Amino acid sequence: MPVTSAPPSTHADGARSSRVPALAVRGLTKTYRGGFQALKGVDLTVEEGDFFALLGPNGAGKSTLIGIVTSLVNKSAGTVEVFGHDLDRDPEAVKTCLGLVPQEYNFNLFLPVLEVVLNQAGYYGIPRREAMRRAERSLRQLDLWGRRHTEMRRLSGGLKRRTMIARALVHEPRLLILDEPTAGVDIEIRRSMWEFLRRLNREGTTIILTTHYLEEAESLCRDVAIINRGEITERVEMGEMLARLRTETFVLNLKGRIAELPQLDGFVFQHLDDGTLEVEITRDHTINGLFEALSRNGIEVLSLRNKQNRLERLFLDMVDGREAAAREDAR
Amino acid sequence: MSRWQRYRVTLTTILVKEVLRFSRIWVQTVLPSVITTALYFVIFGRLIGERIGPMDGYPYLDFIVPGLVLMAVITNTYANVVSSFYSSKFSRFIEEMLVSPAPNWVILAGYVAGGVARGLLVGVAVITVAMLFTDIRIHSVGITLVVFLLTAVLFALAGFINAIFANSFDDISIVPTFILTPLTYLGGVFYSIDLLPPFWQSVSLANPILYMINAFRYGLLGVSDIPLGVAFAIVMVFIVGLTLVCLHLLRRGVGIKT
Repeated sequence: MPVTSAPPSTHADGARSSRVPALAVRGLTKTYRGGFQALKGVDLTVEEGDFFALLGPNGAGKSTLIGIVTSLVNKSAGTVEVFGHDLDRDPEAVKTCLGLVPQEYNFNLFLPVLEVVLNQAGYYGIPRREAMRRAERSLRQLDLWGRRHTEMRRLSGGLKRRTMIARALVHEPRLLILDEPTAGVDIEIRRSMWEFLRRLNREGTTIILTTHYLEEAESLCRDVAIINRGEITERVEMGEMLARLRTETFVLNLKGRIAELPQLDGFVFQHLDDGTLEVEITRDHTINGLFEALSRNGIEVLSLRNKQNRLERLFLDMVDGREAAAREDAR
Repeated sequence: MSRWQRYRVTLTTILVKEVLRFSRIWVQTVLPSVITTALYFVIFGRLIGERIGPMDGYPYLDFIVPGLVLMAVITNTYANVVSSFYSSKFSRFIEEMLVSPAPNWVILAGYVAGGVARGLLVGVAVITVAMLFTDIRIHSVGITLVVFLLTAVLFALAGFINAIFANSFDDISIVPTFILTPLTYLGGVFYSIDLLPPFWQSVSLANPILYMINAFRYGLLGVSDIPLGVAFAIVMVFIVGLTLVCLHLLRRGVGIKT
């Protein structure tokens, strides 16, 4: 069932709800040549200052939606407004407000890092001296200043992605859209990029993020929309969405080995091996309760980890229905 | 900062980017035309030309200089825009411009200016080489420059349209090989159309490059098979027409947007 109503604003303070939204999309439709309908009348509002996750399986319409908002894809019908500027009536104002970090590399591989960023500033009409000042700031923020004379093709995947972020920020956009920004980068760079994006958001930049790393969305975003088959099927706060989880599964590394599974009310155990247990906890029980019960039974726990990303499980539930979740559980 | 100042910065950025692009690979972009034209001067001018005798009252070598210069300008201007814009499509860095507030006409003007800059550089280099073989005096600097610029703009626009429709690197060489080169050779680079039978003279008049070469020849030598006003009018009609086509294609996003 597609969600077409206005998004919730429960996290927003009174002042925020009266602001012009960072992004307001209404009735957005895209039909490709050949008849494939990638977007089926999408309505979506993202408030100013939000850190927003747009999630969906491959082919759901995420990239088409972002492409239309950033003028890379022609829409078939509907309206797009960015900070109150209409894309049809005032595309220059819309584009000035937007920064895009695309999923695919889209830079000249033979240009040095600094030139890529300076050229982008020039396309936005920023004079050379000011462009150089901003480029230096962006590149320093992303630890790229030392690589400014390196050709793009000689950078690692993570550095290329960081350069695309620096490039997208050089004109100081109010709304930054990141399409899979951490795809293919190692965990260390990913964490540092998360920290950078959090700081950027705290400083006032509205951020829309699409990602396949649902842990990333859960960690960074306050609001989330799920798009599937060209329709927005969910539009809620991240906290509210996570609260819908009925159970969570943890893996316990035990001190010592146990031969038999403990029988404790409210907890369902499973042996992974002699020293490792998997436990499913329903919402009406706590981890404290679990540890107390284990202690009473003489079982000591060395460490604990969440077996499955919580958002991933919800995502599967929402996109593919209960059957997919059941299949995932059965693995 | 006014809107026009921003446009000026954007236009300058694209132009500088284009000039740096062809300058970095000058061995591929500038040098070949200079060498090829020098060979034309040696073979057609010195070796064969001396047996041909004067044409339109000028030594054959002098007669072919304007055509060879303009041929180099046409080829290089076209090649610069078509290869640069198609590469930006192919590698997707055209998106850097498409997401920016740069208006379509500024993007077009930037690429055209880049093509004209390469044409200018190659044209000056070829004229310099020509000076080593002949001692021609420029009849009218003003007309020479205007024809030179208008021709360069026209073929930069044509190259832009080719790049928009190109779907592979093969597509950017088809038009120069099968259309541009024959039209240039048949446009009176090496001969006066007075030498042709009346029927082929009429056919030649349908070739737009004939008008440009003759106007350029008038600027350099003071002689032309075609009235100068007609040549300018035809070039201007083509420029206006191609500009409108380019802007229409950009507005529709043909070849660059989904």
